[in-house]
Amino acid sequence: MSERIIDPATKGWAASWYEASARARIDGLLDTGSFREVIGPEQRRMSPHLPLFDLPRAFDDGMIVGSGRLDGQPVLVAAQEGRFMGGAFGEVHGAKLVGLLRAALALKPAAVLILFDTGGVRLQEANAGETAIAEVMRAITQLRAAGVPVIGLIGGRAGAYGGGGLIAATCSRLVVSEGGRISVSGPEVIETNKGAEEFDSRDRALVWRTMGGKHRRLTGGADAYADDTVAAFRQAALDLIGRAPAFDLATLEAEQARLEQRLTRFGDCRDATEIWARLGVNDPEAVPALTTADFDALLARLGETTHDAR
Amino acid sequence: MTLAEILASLFPEGHSVTVADGLVNGEGPFRGGRLAVIGIDGDTALGVDGACRLAGHVLDVVRRGDATPILVAIDSDSQRMSRRDELLGLNEYLAHLAKTLLLADAKGHPTVGLIYGHSAAGAFIATALATRVLVGLPGANPSVMDLPSVARVTKLPLDRLEAMAKDTPVFAPGLDNMVRTGAVQAVLDPDQPLAEQIAAVIDALPAEDTRDRAGRERGGRPVAEAIAAQVVREAAFG
Repeated sequence: MSERIIDPATKGWAASWYEASARARIDGLLDTGSFREVIGPEQRRMSPHLPLFDLPRAFDDGMIVGSGRLDGQPVLVAAQEGRFMGGAFGEVHGAKLVGLLRAALALKPAAVLILFDTGGVRLQEANAGETAIAEVMRAITQLRAAGVPVIGLIGGRAGAYGGGGLIAATCSRLVVSEGGRISVSGPEVIETNKGAEEFDSRDRALVWRTMGGKHRRLTGGADAYADDTVAAFRQAALDLIGRAPAFDLATLEAEQARLEQRLTRFGDCRDATEIWARLGVNDPEAVPALTTADFDALLARLGETTHDAR
Repeated sequence: MTLAEILASLFPEGHSVTVADGLVNGEGPFRGGRLAVIGIDGDTALGVDGACRLAGHVLDVVRRGDATPILVAIDSDSQRMSRRDELLGLNEYLAHLAKTLLLADAKGHPTVGLIYGHSAAGAFIATALATRVLVGLPGANPSVMDLPSVARVTKLPLDRLEAMAKDTPVFAPGLDNMVRTGAVQAVLDPDQPLAEQIAAVIDALPAEDTRDRAGRERGGRPVAEAIAAQVVREAAFG
C-alpha cells in the first residue's frame, strides 16, 4: 500500500504524459500550485471491497479530483492513475468523478478536464463501476447542456478502454496522443472471446493502428492530436475549451450523420490503412511513423477530420 | 417474459413494434398518446451498425417534438467484440446511442429501461443504463462479466467466487445484485399488466439521478453516495 505514486524524474513541462503519474499530469497541466484536491489521500477513502479479494488498496482509489486554474481560468479536474488496478472504475473511484461532475453543475467552471487512464470497469467491483459509468455519462451530458465544456485527455498507458471509451465519446472534446488508445473491447478481450485470427493482441502495430491516437484523430474520434508531453496536452486543452460543441438535437443529428457516413464509407475496410487511403492519405503505411508536425500537416490537408458533431 | 409477451401486455390494443437483426423498434398506443419502444432482443450483441440504427430511431422520436415516452427493452449480449467494430470506433457509436437517450430525457421524453433478458458491459451502458429509470423482469440476468471469466481475470478459484457472490452484490452477476447496486430501481410483476406498471414508473420518475442513494439504502454500493456528496460539498475555487 503506498500513499501516492510519485515519479520525480518525470516532472516538468517536457515530461512524457504517458510515463507521468496522474498527480504529475495534474501538476504539469494546471497553473503552478493551483491544484486543490478534494478527498485527498490523507483521508484514506479506500475501496471497501478490494480486501475481499486479497488485493492492495490505494489511498485515493486511483482517482484524483479537485479544482485549479488553467491559464487563469477556473477548471475542475479528474485524473485516473493507470498504475493502480489499471485505472479501473470501482465504487470510490467512480463516485469521485460523479461528485466532481455534479459539483461542476453548481460551480460552472470554464471546463471540466478528465485525464483518462483506464482499462474500464474494475471487475472486483463490477456492478458499482458499471453503474458509476452510467452516472458519469448522464452527468456529463447535463453539464454540457448547461454550457460547461468537458474535455477528455487521453495519452496514458492504460488508454481509455471499456466504459472509459464510452465516457470519452460523451465528452465535448478529446485530445489524444500517439500512445493514447480508445476502444471498448481491448485487444486481449477480443482475442480471448473470438480468437487470435480475429485479433492478435500481441501484434502491437495492429493495436496502435486500430485503436491508437492517430487513427482516432484521422477518423474524427478525437479532436486534437498532441505530442506526448504535459505541455502539449495543456496547450491542446486550452485550444479546445473555447470551441466545445453544444449538447443539443442539432449536434446529435450531426453526429448521427457523421457516424452513418463512416459506416457507408469505411464499413467494408479490414484495416486502418484502407480507411486512411480512402480518406486521401497518399502513403497510409507511413502514418504510424509520422512526426506530430507532419501528422498535423496531413490533418490540415485532409480537412474533413475536424467537426463539431460530438 | 418474452418480448412478444411484454408487448402484448404493454399494448393490448396492438402495436407496430418489429424486430429486425435483433433490433427492436416501433410504438404502440399508451395513455391516449404513444409509447415508443426501442431495444435489443434475442441476446444480440450490439455493434456499430445496430447502435447507429437504434440511435436514429431515438432521434426520430425526439425530432417529433412531443413528450412521447421511450421504453428501452433489453435482452442483449455485450458489445460486439470484433476488430471491425473497434476499427470503426465502437465507443463513439455506443456513446452516441446513450447520448440520444439522455438528450431525449433532457427534452422531456420520459425514458425507461426494461431488462427482461441478458445484457452486459458496453451494450448495457449504451441502452438500459442510459435511461432515467431502469426496471427489470424476473429472470433477467444483467452482468458485467460471468463468474468463470471473472475467475480467469482475477485468478481466484471459481468456487470461492461463487461463495463470495452470495453476499457480495458489488461484483456478482444477476438482477438482484443490480437492484442492490441501485442500477435497477425495481422488479416488475409479470402477472400484472405491464402498461399500468410502466405508467406508474413514469409517473414516479425521480427528478435526479438517485442510483447511488438506492445503492446505499440497499447495501450494494455502500459508499458511493457519500463520496460523491463530499466532493460536491468540498469542491471550490480558492
